Amino acid sequence: MDRALPGVVTASTDEWVEVRPDRLVDAMRWLHDDPEMDAATISNMCGVDRYDHFEVVYHLQSLDLNQQIVVKTRIRDHEAPSMQSAYPVYSGALLQEREVYDLMGIRFEGHPDMRRMFLWEGYPGFPLRKDFLQIADHHPGLPHFPFETGTQER
Amino acid sequence: MTTASEPYVLNIGPQHPSTHGVFRLRVVMDGERIQDIDMVVGYLHRSMEKLAEERTFTQNIPFTDRTDYLAAMSNNLGYCLAVERLAGVEVPERASFLRVIFAELQRLASHSMANGTFINDAGAWQTPLMYMFREREKILDLFEMTCGARLTTNYMRIGGVSFDPPPEFYPAVEALVAELPDRIAEYTELLVDNEILIARARGVGIISAADAINGSITGPMLRASGVPWDLRKADPYCAYDKFDFEIPVGHNGDCYDRFMVRLEEMRQSVRIIRQALDGLPSGPHKTEIPLALRPAPGEAYARVEGPRGELGFYVVSDGGPAPARFHIRAPSLINLSLLRQMAVGTSLPDAIVALGSTDIVVGEIDR
Repeated sequence: MDRALPGVVTASTDEWVEVRPDRLVDAMRWLHDDPEMDAATISNMCGVDRYDHFEVVYHLQSLDLNQQIVVKTRIRDHEAPSMQSAYPVYSGALLQEREVYDLMGIRFEGHPDMRRMFLWEGYPGFPLRKDFLQIADHHPGLPHFPFETGTQER
Repeated sequence: MTTASEPYVLNIGPQHPSTHGVFRLRVVMDGERIQDIDMVVGYLHRSMEKLAEERTFTQNIPFTDRTDYLAAMSNNLGYCLAVERLAGVEVPERASFLRVIFAELQRLASHSMANGTFINDAGAWQTPLMYMFREREKILDLFEMTCGARLTTNYMRIGGVSFDPPPEFYPAVEALVAELPDRIAEYTELLVDNEILIARARGVGIISAADAINGSITGPMLRASGVPWDLRKADPYCAYDKFDFEIPVGHNGDCYDRFMVRLEEMRQSVRIIRQALDGLPSGPHKTEIPLALRPAPGEAYARVEGPRGELGFYVVSDGGPAPARFHIRAPSLINLSLLRQMAVGTSLPDAIVALGSTDIVVGEIDR
């Protein structure tokens, strides 16, 4: 992928590849069209709040070759995150990206229907963010569980 | 002579029998034709993904029951597989077989419900639904016998299953497995050539194979479009690679094919249960895991072929006793991606049948 699209891949391991959020459509289109990748469908997508940045994970699936390709993007802007939408390549991203926007607050550029889904328009905040209604230094529950040895802190 | 008409908005639901739960369709109609359709969801949103971040990995199992309350076993299974993959827990072979048996019983129960309510939407009022509920009741009795609950079973555990089935389970399940092929033949006879069903469902809500793949449609809906994709074969989990079964596919991708695929899948499920009961190994049904499981930081995505499609669980651990992120890939929600394509241009009764054939569970859409 690095050879076909120079500058798009920012990191990769055997399990996943990380691409630039503003070049997602190029990466997705290449994965979709390349016969060795053949990523025909988005099987899952999910946003993860990593405290200082957001990560959006796409699990792509090839039906003919029966392989799974994991594409990640890292959005450094924690206040107003936005990235490209995969909708131009995959129509299956329609509701999944809307869900990520609704609960995580990541805007997808190029998505045709970027509205709240489960919550109503004007709902204050995005609940799946880690800083949503969090009290500083407060961890609910016990520091360790009954019968658990050691003093691991959360 | 034509009369001028102007579009109007019709709200179906949130409380309406045809929406299968608290689900609202906002339909823009011009006369009899649907111009635009939009779904309004969230009435059942319980923020499970957020709540799960405060509870231990084991404490989250009951949440998965309550997403898709018609297929609690499959949900339990998918979540436990994800955590097992994350923490590297081995599952005894007997537990794998028991998981297969219960997941397939759940598929039978769920498909009975799906087909029954679909026929209900198509106009055969209540009678076929009650026929199919008869078998569903027996399956739920088996669940109750084993784990004490009928709908929200909370049966699977990380590393196995919570209980070994009691002695009276085996004769009951044998009787059910012997009886079911006749029952399914009965439904086939009653419904498959039924003129009303054919008139209402054939050629309605067509999704082509290419559109279904691009739109992330999974499960019976994808197979009805002619794509033989089943995770039990493509990415075998538990003991599914040991069993012999077929993947039924449709040709037209319409509502009738979806109904037929579900009916045929019920037959295949009976076959799988039969083989799993015959080959059920002895041994422990569970591995012991710590009360507060602390998997190493990392992430895992596990998926099962649920009754409605690919049911995936994406779990991220930061080393603590609770998941840092817990995401459910809900097939009911994602199968609605192409709702517009299925419904726009048709009439309202056709849209109701198309919605019924997607087999949505609103608890899973909203989570």
